[in-house]
Formats: sequence, C-alpha cells, structure tokens
Amino acid sequence: MTPGPSSAAVVIELTDVERTFDTRPPVHALRGVNLAVRRGEHLSIVGPSGSGKSTLLNTLGLLDRPTAGTYRLDGVETTGLGDLERTALRGSRIGFVFQSFHLLPYRTVDENVMLAEAYRRPRPGLGRGARLTRAREALDRVGLGHRSGFRPDRLSGGERQRVAIARALISDPALLLCDEPTGNLDTENTLSVLELFDDLCAQGMTLVVITHDESVSRRAGQRVRITDGSLTLETE
Amino acid sequence: MDPRDLWTEALAGVMARPVRSALTTLGTVLGITTLVITIGVASTAGNQIVGRFDALTATSVTVTVPSAPAGSDDGPLVDWSGTDAVRRLAGVESVAALADSTVTNSVQVRANDVKAPGDVSGQTLAVVAASADLPAAVRGTMTAGRFYDSGDITGHTQVAVLGDQAARLLGIKRVQDSPAIFFQGQSYTVIGILGGIRREQRLSTAVIVPPTTAADRLGLRDVTRVLINTAMGAARQVAHQAPIALAPGQEKALTVAAPEDLSRARDGVQSDVNGLFLVLGLVSLVVGAIGIANVTLVTVMERVGEIGLRRALGASRRQVAGQFLLESTTIGLLGGIVGTALGTTVVVCVAVFREWTPVLDTNLALGAPFAGALVGLLAGLYPSLRAARMEPVDALRAPS
Repeated sequence: MTPGPSSAAVVIELTDVERTFDTRPPVHALRGVNLAVRRGEHLSIVGPSGSGKSTLLNTLGLLDRPTAGTYRLDGVETTGLGDLERTALRGSRIGFVFQSFHLLPYRTVDENVMLAEAYRRPRPGLGRGARLTRAREALDRVGLGHRSGFRPDRLSGGERQRVAIARALISDPALLLCDEPTGNLDTENTLSVLELFDDLCAQGMTLVVITHDESVSRRAGQRVRITDGSLTLETE
Repeated sequence: MDPRDLWTEALAGVMARPVRSALTTLGTVLGITTLVITIGVASTAGNQIVGRFDALTATSVTVTVPSAPAGSDDGPLVDWSGTDAVRRLAGVESVAALADSTVTNSVQVRANDVKAPGDVSGQTLAVVAASADLPAAVRGTMTAGRFYDSGDITGHTQVAVLGDQAARLLGIKRVQDSPAIFFQGQSYTVIGILGGIRREQRLSTAVIVPPTTAADRLGLRDVTRVLINTAMGAARQVAHQAPIALAPGQEKALTVAAPEDLSRARDGVQSDVNGLFLVLGLVSLVVGAIGIANVTLVTVMERVGEIGLRRALGASRRQVAGQFLLESTTIGLLGGIVGTALGTTVVVCVAVFREWTPVLDTNLALGAPFAGALVGLLAGLYPSLRAARMEPVDALRAPS
C-alpha cells in the first residue's frame, strides 16, 4: 500500500488523507487513509453505509477535497489544484459509473456516450468529426453495438449500465471509478456487468469499484474494507 | 469546449421538452408581437397622415418681401426677373412673383361702364400683378381663355385675368367675346379665368394683371411675394437658397415660409400613438421574461442529476451556466422570431384593411428577434447561476 519503486505505474496514491465535516459534533469521514492503486489493478472497496465509502469515492473522483493529506492521480498532485483544473483533470482521467446510470433520457445512447468528449480538451488525432465512430466503438466494446440509436428507456438496466460504462471508456480514462455499479441491477444483469469488468481488466483498465455487495467485491483482485473512515486490506 | 458542442447540448435541452419550450416562448411572443404591431401600425399610420399633406404643403415655399422703406432711393429688394434665378435652383418646379399693396387690395371693379341710378354694379376686389407663371405656381387651371404671356407683359397690354370667384361676382362666364372690366377709370380686356387655385386662394377673388401694366397704370411696382413649388423633399433646401437667389446680400430681409420638417411631423404622430402600446408591449416582455426565468428554474431543478453528471464528465461551472443561458436565450429568440412574424403579419393585414401602404422599419423587423433573445438571456441569468453553483457531489445524488 506504499508507493513502490515503479511509482509511474501508480494511478491512485492517497497519503494520510483526512476528511472532516464541520458539523456539530464534527464527523471524521476519512481518517489517515493510505491507498495506492497500480495501473491495470482491479480494486474493490467494501463497507456498510455510513462507513465513509461515499466520501472516499468523492475524494477519488475529485468531487471533494480532503481536509488533510495528499492525493496524486496519475502522477498529478491534486490537493493544491483549483476548481477549474480539478474539473479538467476529472474529465480527462476519470471515468465514472454510477449506481443510477445517469443517462440523459432524451438523448440516444450514442449521444450519451459522446457527451463524455464534449467537455474535455480535444485530443490530437481524435477530432470532433470522428466522435460518433468512437462512440460506436465504445458501444461495441461493451457489447451494445446493436443498440446504437436507441434511447435509454428502451434498454434493460444492465444495458443502461453498459452504456454508462461505454461513456466512461470513450475518453480513455486512467481510472474507471464505479459507485455501486450493480446496485440497481438484478442478478442476471449484475453478472453481465461483472463479466464486462473482468474483460476490461484483462484489457489493462484500472478499476476501482465501491460496493457493499460481497459477491461483487470478490471479483476484484484487491479488496479493501472501510470501517468508520479507516481502510484495512482484505486478504483472500 | 467547442461552441458547436455547447450549441448541440443547449438545443437538445430545449428540444427535450418541446411542448414546454413552446409554451415558455408564449410570453415573449406576445410581447414582441405587441411591440412590432405598435411600432409598425404607428409608422404606417404616421406615413399615411404625412402623405395627406405632403403633396401640397410639403412642396410649397413662400417668400415674403417687405415693402421698401419710404424715401429710400435703393431699388426694390426683389426684381421681377428674380424668379428666373429661383427657377434655376435644383428642386424648383414652378415659381411666380406677385405684387399687391394695401391700396390695390380693395378696388371697385365694374363689368360695364353703364351707370344706372340705384344699381350697385361694382364689386370690391383685389388687384394684383403677377408674373406669367402664376397658374402653375398656384396650381390652378385656366377654366376659360388663357393667361397672359411674356408678349403681353413686354407689350404693356391692358389685359386682365380673373380669379374664378371674381369672375362669378362680376357675372363673366366666357371670354370669347372679350368682355371688359373697369377700375380706377381704366378699361381692361378679360382674356381668361383662373380656377382651381390651391395656393394663395385669395387670388380667386382677385383681378390679375401683367406687372408692366400694373406698374404703368396702378403704381404696383415692387414684388411682395414669391410663390415657389418644389419637388418632394426639396422644400427645405429651396427655402434656404431662394432668398439668396432673389436678393443676394440682402437675403436676411426676406421672410420665408417653408413646410415643417416632415420627419419631425411623422415622429410627432408616432409618439402620440405609441406611448401606451409601447408600455403594454414592454410589460408583456417583462411577463415573458419572468415566464422564461420560472420555467428555466424549474428545468434546472429537474435536471440536477444531469448537472451533476456533466460536472463529473468535466464540465466547468461556466460551461454548465453557459448551457442553461443558451437554452433560455434560444427560447427567447424563438419567441422573438415568432412574435416578429405575427406582428408583421398583423401590420400588413391592418394596412390592407385600411388601404394603407404598410411601412415597417427593417431595423425593427431584424432587431425584434434579438430583443426576444435578450429577454431570454436576462431571464436565464439567475437559473444559470443556480445551476453553476451546485456542488457536483450533491447534484449527483439526484436521479437523472
């Protein structure tokens, strides 16, 4: 869990991260969290509700700032960055997968996938004109090439989540950050999403899955349990 | 962010709820329609009113020459040949000089020389001298005979032309048998009757004689008035130049009566009509703006999850605000376009119904949609700020 010699391969590096909410009494959501995730790793973070899971996810996703400690994402020290830089970093390095999918109901699945490229700086060789092609490729990658042009309300829950994963993949993120990705899915759809995760892992994608579901957690190569804001590494 | 992406997102946002967007534009449609109708009908009507007195008043210039002070040995301020200089001015269509005096304004004129006891055969009429172009200058027509020409003037012939009222008073209807009239102990042959006088209408009860004859026999030497008719729009310029042409160096002594500035007359008419309806239109626009603000705010609150997602995908606060601002501006612009189209149609219909020529300022037709867009922009400010201020963590908790 400490930064090794090949720190260039480290995607996430949390050092002594604290997060305290200024309520009365103050809530210590994260206490002295140290965490390192290497490229291509599949890490799951399990814990009951109220354990600080969401705060850890928000911190990892650059949606929240730690009160103390440092967070290096893909080699970039983030705690000193301004709002705008954190937003740009979030758009380019992190792919989010949410429990409730967060697909825009009034746009086709292709448009939903393309949305991820609208806000990030254009990358060389990946012009706006070929965006639809890339969206189709991302849909193919999650096995939904045949759903191109559909609206989300005509898809099953598992398909919707896979569209959301395609949206996260299109911008080639350093990290796929999944928040209870199977929380709204039945067993069959859960299985299809978990199989997709395995495939992505095999392709070298870095995955961080936050869940309270032990069966989901067990698929991960590394497992971390969070209790009252503190992390403990779980061994097989 | 590519502006095209921003536009795509905003348009998709507007089109996601087409019925709601259409209803939201209604306030702006009403406001812009009212404004376009108000300004359009006012300028159409104003143009119509101005058109009525254009033809005569707007092209008439009258120069009044003060009588030379008694005892001065200077020549007259304005010579009879001065009209030639005026005629050469650009925009002058016809010009004539008149001479009258307090003495000749009431002269006993008789149509025959017989003095029957107890019979009042004479009429008190004005006698004026005028240059040969008088019929054109007063826009009259010869109802009988002819007007005297330059030959009569140089020949000092003893002829007279009667105004149509004067002819009626004297009982003269025809001039073929060369009727004579008598005044101040002299006889004159009536060679024509001038009718339909539209300027200097007092001439319809006057006896008009050639200036040479008048100078010889009546002592009417000095030009007192110069009547000028100009081309449309040239009146003000001619009014400025004519005195200089008539009396170079002494132009300030002359009095010029020129029509009022037409554009000012038109503005006057418009401001009367406009005031109330303009206020009405502006009130509708404000109501429209409140409507857009309200609906945009509701939309923002419904799309909290979407805002959270966009922030998670890397949208900055400014980009989120920009999208909602562009959505409300688009709705305002749509309202403005529809309102302008409706308003223009109504103005044209009113004009057709009243048989007027529709007059609509191009700036108004092109600018009104943008006024609608501005309304939308202003209305979207607060909702957009609300959207931009949302914390992505909180926003993501809402369902999308």
